[in-house]
Amino acid sequence: MPASYDTVIVDYGMGNLLSVEKAVSAVGGCPLISADPETVLNAERLILPGVGAFGDAMRNLAQNGLDDAVRKAVHAGKPLLGLCLGLQLLFSHSEEFGSHEGLGLIPGLVRRFDDSVLRVPHVGWNQIESVRPDPLLKEIPDGSYFYFVHSFFVEPDRPEDVLTWTSYGRSFCSIACRGKVWGAQFHPEKSQEMGKRLLRNFLAVK
Amino acid sequence: MLAKRIIPCLDVRDGRVVKGTHFVNLVDAGDPVETAARYDSEGADELVFLDITASSDRRDIVAKMVRAVADRIFIPFTVGGGLRTIEDIQAILRAGADKVSLNTSAVENPNLIVEASKYFGSQCIIVAIDARRVKNWNPEEPKWEVTTHGGRMTQALEAVAWAEEAASLGAGEILLTSMDCDGTQSGYDNLLNARISERVKIPVIASGGCGTLQHIADAFTEGKASAALAASIFHFGYHTIAEAKRFLQERGIPVRLTQ
Repeated sequence: MPASYDTVIVDYGMGNLLSVEKAVSAVGGCPLISADPETVLNAERLILPGVGAFGDAMRNLAQNGLDDAVRKAVHAGKPLLGLCLGLQLLFSHSEEFGSHEGLGLIPGLVRRFDDSVLRVPHVGWNQIESVRPDPLLKEIPDGSYFYFVHSFFVEPDRPEDVLTWTSYGRSFCSIACRGKVWGAQFHPEKSQEMGKRLLRNFLAVK
Repeated sequence: MLAKRIIPCLDVRDGRVVKGTHFVNLVDAGDPVETAARYDSEGADELVFLDITASSDRRDIVAKMVRAVADRIFIPFTVGGGLRTIEDIQAILRAGADKVSLNTSAVENPNLIVEASKYFGSQCIIVAIDARRVKNWNPEEPKWEVTTHGGRMTQALEAVAWAEEAASLGAGEILLTSMDCDGTQSGYDNLLNARISERVKIPVIASGGCGTLQHIADAFTEGKASAALAASIFHFGYHTIAEAKRFLQERGIPVRLTQ
């Protein structure tokens, strides 16, 4: 029997999963929130949401065996979209409150904005500029606004893993992409029409 | 570029939007969910709900409203009013709010800011400050004191110092209301906004006194605010959010335009 859901939202006890679930439903998806590694492993596609601290998130993921399940699903070719902290978790390493290992799906580092020159957290609507066309960005023009709220940003090792840039004091990577793994630093589920388009595009990825 | 935010504020009592002057003389201004959905579609950048429900089952009333709002809107929204414990905050966030705002409870127990920001992340903890100019102080060099309980109590706390402390304890944003200007529609207290914006490294949301589109522009240019909160100007249909955005854009202030 085919599953009654097409998108698994990974629940590791952090963040507002409800709003992600609602946004996915609003664009025609059938989401399931799950903390079960087996369900994650067998998902058609995954969304890894999250707000909060990097270290706690990795600990929660590891406790439930969700870290391995996510890695295996990605290696099996399942599309994955990380959101906010979920993007940062895809990286190798974070310097948040000491040093932490991430999922290592995209090589690179998570760093903190310099609050000696900027207001941190970076809160509000900011624009994205893409470096190349991508299925995730269909009908999303350069300069579109998305809702951000974060103090840390990602720095991919390889320039080709950067899909969009956003400017806040400096340019930082606002969408990272490697194969079928995407991560957005902003919250599409809180970014009104443009956010819905991005989620719709992700649901269309096979 | 990071856009300046326009945030309609909905004062809610017993599940209805109300509007008054200096927190009194309340007038009914509509259903919160319908109002929220309208602002969302008109291009509001965020919404703030301040709950002033006094009844004993307030927690259920508020959670129900938050769930209904979360079902309808796809922009961030904040809920404040009477949140005293980690459990209170959790209930609101679980119901679907993105941020909470703490006011009286943060003054009485600053450790709540520390715990809440550690537990839920600074990004969802707003500290709301209701500030009032100290009477008979030099108007050239004004001083502001912190009030609580909806402006009814004055604390022995200087507003700029309290904002700095709140930021250092883990607040992600400051929602700064001038009690002198609130409800007057005569403009924000931009001296206050600028003083605190210059002293903290977190975003400051200017609040209290908005009556015209020029007031919103002034909050950004003179008040150096990251966001402007307004109620009457939008609730009673004097202006739409879209008009406000166009007005600001024509004056070179970065805003998110929709459609």
